[in-house]
Amino acid sequence: MDLSLSTRTESSPAGDRTVVVVGGEIDVYTAPKLREQLIDLVSGGQYHLVIDMEGVEFLDSTGLGVLVGGLKRVRAHEGSLRLVCTQERILKIFRITGLTKVFPIHSSVDEAVAATD
Amino acid sequence: MAVVELRLPALPEHVRTARLVALAAARRAGLEDRYVDELRLALGEACARAVGQHLRHAPKAQVVVAVSDHPGALSVSVSDQGPPAGPSGGVGSIGDDLLDGASENDDPDVSPDLLLALLGGLVDDVCVEPGPEGIGTTVTMRWPLPAALTPGVRSSSIAPV
Repeated sequence: MDLSLSTRTESSPAGDRTVVVVGGEIDVYTAPKLREQLIDLVSGGQYHLVIDMEGVEFLDSTGLGVLVGGLKRVRAHEGSLRLVCTQERILKIFRITGLTKVFPIHSSVDEAVAATD
Repeated sequence: MAVVELRLPALPEHVRTARLVALAAARRAGLEDRYVDELRLALGEACARAVGQHLRHAPKAQVVVAVSDHPGALSVSVSDQGPPAGPSGGVGSIGDDLLDGASENDDPDVSPDLLLALLGGLVDDVCVEPGPEGIGTTVTMRWPLPAALTPGVRSSSIAPV
């Protein structure tokens, strides 16, 4: 399955959050599309991002690199990038690479949108 | 014996092809479900590394993926013709390296050697060795097959690619 991307805005007491819903496979071929999407959002002034990865079937290190790149971009604007993921096979990749210490990982979009720290 | 051998142009879109074919062959050879995700990710990383090496150093060379079954084990190897692999750092350092390694406007690259470190964290049995005549690198990963299965029998209907 190819990569699918969609975005929407959700509001919470913490402020507006841009939710990026990602589905399919994030690999060396498709990761550039996600990179472009994140760059476009930050360029458009969206600095608080929630990446919903519940529909992701495959994630490799190229995809991790894109997510880290997104995190750096929003941090440069004092923004945030939160992940939503409950799939063990995806979480395992974040654990192996030590990125669970870098990304806030939430179990639902609502939780991620409401989070403030 | 070799179940399937793939020779792929060094293009990112073919990494998915390699994952799908190798996974189908591995399942056919008897790989247990609990190892499927591991194989898919590990093979994807090994192929992504090989494709990256070729794009930088040998764009016209093909990446070779071989799935073979042996008594009690399945092996999957990925061979490239890039520079030999260097010593890899610890797996736990990958996240820090990614964060430290690029500016704000530059996505971090995962170096070929870090990918090998990631593979080491993913797969219990992984061997990295120089290719034939010292050219390139072959990454071989092995997973156990159920003892009751006889190598070769289940793969007989799969034509080599």
